[in-house]
Amino acid sequence: MSLLQVENVTKRFGNLVAVNGVSMTVEPGELRAVIGPNGAGKTTFFNLISGFAMPTAGRIVFDGEDVTKLTPNQRVWRGMARTFQITEVFPELTVYENLQIAVEVAAGYRLRMRMSQQEKNDVHARTIELLEMSRLTAKASRLVGELSHGDQRANEIMMALALKPRLLLLDEPTAGMGDQETYDITQLIRKLHRDQKLSMVLIEHDMRVVFHLADRIMVLAEGNMLAEGTPKEIAADEAVQTAYLGKEAA
Amino acid sequence: MKYDDRPLQKYAADAAIWLLLLSLPWWIGHVGGYMQLGTQVVVMALAATALNFLLGYTGVLSFGHAAYFGLGVYGTGLIIKYIVPSTLAGMAVGVLAAVAAAAIIGLLIVHLRGIYFAMVTIAFGQVFYFIAFRWNNVTGGDDGLSDWSRQPIDFGFAKLDILHSPVLFYYFVLFFFAVSVAIMAWLLRSPFGRTLLAIRENERRARFLGLPVDRHIWLSWLISCTFVGLAGTLYALLNDFADPHTLYWEQSGVFVIMAVLGGMRSFWGPLIGAAVYVVLQDYVSSMTQNWMSFIGLFFVLVVLFFPRGVLGIVRRRAAS
Repeated sequence: MSLLQVENVTKRFGNLVAVNGVSMTVEPGELRAVIGPNGAGKTTFFNLISGFAMPTAGRIVFDGEDVTKLTPNQRVWRGMARTFQITEVFPELTVYENLQIAVEVAAGYRLRMRMSQQEKNDVHARTIELLEMSRLTAKASRLVGELSHGDQRANEIMMALALKPRLLLLDEPTAGMGDQETYDITQLIRKLHRDQKLSMVLIEHDMRVVFHLADRIMVLAEGNMLAEGTPKEIAADEAVQTAYLGKEAA
Repeated sequence: MKYDDRPLQKYAADAAIWLLLLSLPWWIGHVGGYMQLGTQVVVMALAATALNFLLGYTGVLSFGHAAYFGLGVYGTGLIIKYIVPSTLAGMAVGVLAAVAAAAIIGLLIVHLRGIYFAMVTIAFGQVFYFIAFRWNNVTGGDDGLSDWSRQPIDFGFAKLDILHSPVLFYYFVLFFFAVSVAIMAWLLRSPFGRTLLAIRENERRARFLGLPVDRHIWLSWLISCTFVGLAGTLYALLNDFADPHTLYWEQSGVFVIMAVLGGMRSFWGPLIGAAVYVVLQDYVSSMTQNWMSFIGLFFVLVVLFFPRGVLGIVRRRAAS
């Protein structure tokens, strides 16, 4: 069974049709990229999947369940986690605390006044595990707001990962980053995909990243789906080349 | 590896503060103060710390905490005057009144944010003020509720005469302060407390961690109002009087000023702010009617030059 089925979703803002009857199916373990020029409706499409906005029409099925009308946190509980184009972290808390909070919430301790020593140890171990996975261990006691853009993004991805999601949604994970940072984040995503078989959908601007990482690519243009396929198929697609890659190919 | 170790200075600071508070009756007279002033500092410190639970640790600004403070005040006064001359019964009813009102009003307003939340808290607060102000034959209206006093507490084996001994009453107040502050500090170091920090830091991220943000804000609001209500009951006992101005929105502003003055990101900030405010008020108002303009000026200077409050300055010194 498919993990995520987006069926004919449409989102209108007044007269503007941001997303127009787009469908997409993501299989378990798949890394799907959504690309398209600015204003193609990528972020809106993403917001519809994560519940940040409600579709005007269409249906979203996650793991066999219709989640179209669920709030963001209800979707989180069902295993959907996301990151944002503009990094959303807890800037005045340390890296450790950022991850610790995510781990505690994921463990269902959000209303706990106290934890047993065993629970404390488990939270600590899991937090350390996430720190090491993201190579942020050395910066654990730094405030997140003081870190580089790339490290903040890594921290945000690990917070999402702390929730043990079955689907991770990444909105432009390398936006605004230098070459080294882009490379580091790409490596992190690849590692999660390869080692943990984590299913992901990511929006991306950087074509190197997309063609490098994605199993399949969907191209959006002006709210419509232009093409869908493997990186090779997309690179060879003429409609895509004229609409989007045209300038770069020429 | 451990990251949650508190530095030793913090324990030293805690110890110093408790030592100062516990020994207050011995030194307050020597520095030009008096027992009642010391008690007032502790009562206001409790209210400001409770407000700061919401403001500094959840990131939610309330300009209506006077309502719950005043409900504590009037609950205590009305019970002791009309129903039963028992200090503890008065306090219990005062706190329950604050909790009940906060629970219901909280449900209506927790979905609001920022300035809208602050405005609505003022509006609800003023409702209680006008009730106390208008309902002359019960509340005493503008004159307040007088002709009652706190009662000695009889434990059977011992009698605590808080009525005639200002020092005993100070320790009575300090006991409630200590218990309340300990509970708040303990909550803030728990997983629940950390969810409040998360909401303060970034509500969107908190929501996308799966937190029901409004419910957590409601809980924080309720905890905050409970301890403000408790402070109100102690304030009524301190003065043996229920003053309608304790319900007025200006009083809410005073709590906010105390928290910001002392430093709202530090747990002890509101205590420092309350001490500065109460002492300054006492001192300046003995010299001029316009004491509020001096406090206002002082507040503006602190906010402009030391946005992290008095404790923020101390910390910066310590760090450099």
